[in-house]
Amino acid sequence: MSASPPTGLPKIRVRGLRKAFGAKQVLDGIDLDVMPGTSMVVIGGSGTGKSVLIKCILGLIEPDAGSIEIDGVDLLTAGRSIRNAARSEIGMLFQNGALFDSLTVRQNVAFGLIARRHMGGRLASQRADEVLGQVGLAASVGDLAPSELSGGMQKRVALARAIAANPSIMFFDEPTTGLDPIMGAVIDGLIVDCVRRLGSTAVAITHDMASARRIGDRVAMLHRGRIIWEGPAAELLDSHDPVVDQFTHGRREGPIQMELRR
Amino acid sequence: MNSILRAVAAIGRSAISVLRVAGDLAIFAVTGVINILLPPYYPRLVLRALFTMGFLSLPVVALTAIFAGMVIALQSYTGFARFSAQSATASIVVLSVTRELGPVLAGLMMSGRAGAAMAAELGTMRVTDQIDALTTLNTNPMKYLVAPRLLAGVIAMPLLVIVADILGVLGGFIVATVKLGFVPASYIHNTFIMLTTEDVVSGLAKAAVFGFVIALSGCYHGYRSRGGAEGVGSATTSAVVMASVLILALDYGMTEIFFSR
Repeated sequence: MSASPPTGLPKIRVRGLRKAFGAKQVLDGIDLDVMPGTSMVVIGGSGTGKSVLIKCILGLIEPDAGSIEIDGVDLLTAGRSIRNAARSEIGMLFQNGALFDSLTVRQNVAFGLIARRHMGGRLASQRADEVLGQVGLAASVGDLAPSELSGGMQKRVALARAIAANPSIMFFDEPTTGLDPIMGAVIDGLIVDCVRRLGSTAVAITHDMASARRIGDRVAMLHRGRIIWEGPAAELLDSHDPVVDQFTHGRREGPIQMELRR
Repeated sequence: MNSILRAVAAIGRSAISVLRVAGDLAIFAVTGVINILLPPYYPRLVLRALFTMGFLSLPVVALTAIFAGMVIALQSYTGFARFSAQSATASIVVLSVTRELGPVLAGLMMSGRAGAAMAAELGTMRVTDQIDALTTLNTNPMKYLVAPRLLAGVIAMPLLVIVADILGVLGGFIVATVKLGFVPASYIHNTFIMLTTEDVVSGLAKAAVFGFVIALSGCYHGYRSRGGAEGVGSATTSAVVMASVLILALDYGMTEIFFSR
C-alpha cells in the first residue's frame, strides 16, 4: 500500500472475501474499506473478479467466505430484513445500463421510487422528470422506450434510475464502457456531481484510467483475487508497484502475463 | 478398460446433470407457487401476461382446433365405414377433441408460441442484467416476472381450450355435413348425447396443468439462461422441448387418472 488509509468507521468494510466458480478462485481473500462520503475505484484486468466483488456486496452472488459490513452490519450474517434495509440504500449503475425494455424511460426511473420508497405513481413520475433533468435529459425523453435512445443517453437514464431514490451508497460498473471519450467524460462528470450532491459513498469499477482518476478519491487494484495496491487516485500513475504500473500504463511486458490462446 | 470407465463416467455425469436440473426445476416451481400466493401482488402484470398468452394465441389455437376437428371427422368416418358404424363419427369427434386434442394441441401450440416468447424475454433480461437490476431495486424477480406468468398460464390455457373444443367440434360438423352427407340436426344430437361433464372437465383440468408447465418451462429456462445471444437461443429451444415432452407425458398420466377405472 502506498498510502495509509483514512481512519474511522468505514461505510463499507470487506474482509477475507472469497468466491470460486468451480476450480477457478476468482476472489481470494479481499480486504477493502470505503470511508463515508468517499469514492473508491477498483481497477483490474478483465476476469479478475471486479464485477463479482460488487455483485457479492449487492447480494446478487453468494460468497464462499468472508464478511461484508455496511455501517458495521455484517450483511452475510444479518437477518433478511436488516440485510434488505441495508441494501435498499444502494444505487447501482450496470455496465450496459440494464434498463427495462418493457417500460418507458420515465417508468424505469420511477421504478425504484415506487418499489423502494413506496411512492405513488404520479409523485414518482414527477420525481423521475426532475432526476432526468439532473442528468441533462429533457422530460420529453421520459416518454421514449430505452431502445430509442443512444448509448450515452441510456447511460444517463441508468444513472438517473440509480440516484432517483437518493441512495447513501452508489456502485458503478464500468460507467464509461462503450462510450466515446467525450461522452465518457460527461458521464464521469455527472457521476461526480451526483455523488457530491447526495453525499454518497461510491464504489466504481473500471478499466478506464482517465475515468478512474476523474471519479475516484482512492483507487484499489485487484489482481489474482486480491487487492494488491490501494492509494489516493492522484498517486495512481506513480504507484511504484510493478503490477499497477504495467496495468495503468498499458505495457505488454511486465509481471501481468495475459493468457493468450494460440 | 479405460474406454469402459469413460463411458460409465459419461453416463454418470449425464444422470447427475438431469437430476440437478430436475431438482432445480422443482425448487423453482415451488418458489414460483409460493410467490403467487404471498403478497405483494401484481395484477396488472398478470393481465398483461394473460393478454399475451391467451388473447394473442387465439388465432393459432383456433386454426389448429378447426383443422384437427375436420381431420378427425374425415378419418373416423372412413375408418368406421368398414364396420358400418359411420354414425359414431360425431361422438368420436367430440370425445377426441374435448378429452385429448383440444388440450394437447392447444398446449403444443402455446409452448411453441408463448413458452418460447417467455424464455426469450426472460433470457434477454438475464443476459442484459435486467433481472439483477430488479433485485437492486428491491423487487423480487420471482414475484415480479415469474409468478404472474405462472398464474396467467394456469388461467389462459383452460380458456383457450374452451375455444378449441368449440371450434374443433365445429370443424368436424362442417366436414360431416358438407362433405360426408350427415344431417345437421342428427349430427348435433349425436354430439351431445355422448358428451359428459367429465369429458369437458378432464380436458380443462389437463389444460390448467399444461398451462402451468408451459409457463414454468419458459420462465425456468429464460431465468437460468447464460452466455449471451446463444444462451438465450438454447434457452428458448429447451423451453419448447421440455414443455412439449412434459405435456405429452402428463397427458398420459392424467388420462390414466381420469379414465382408467
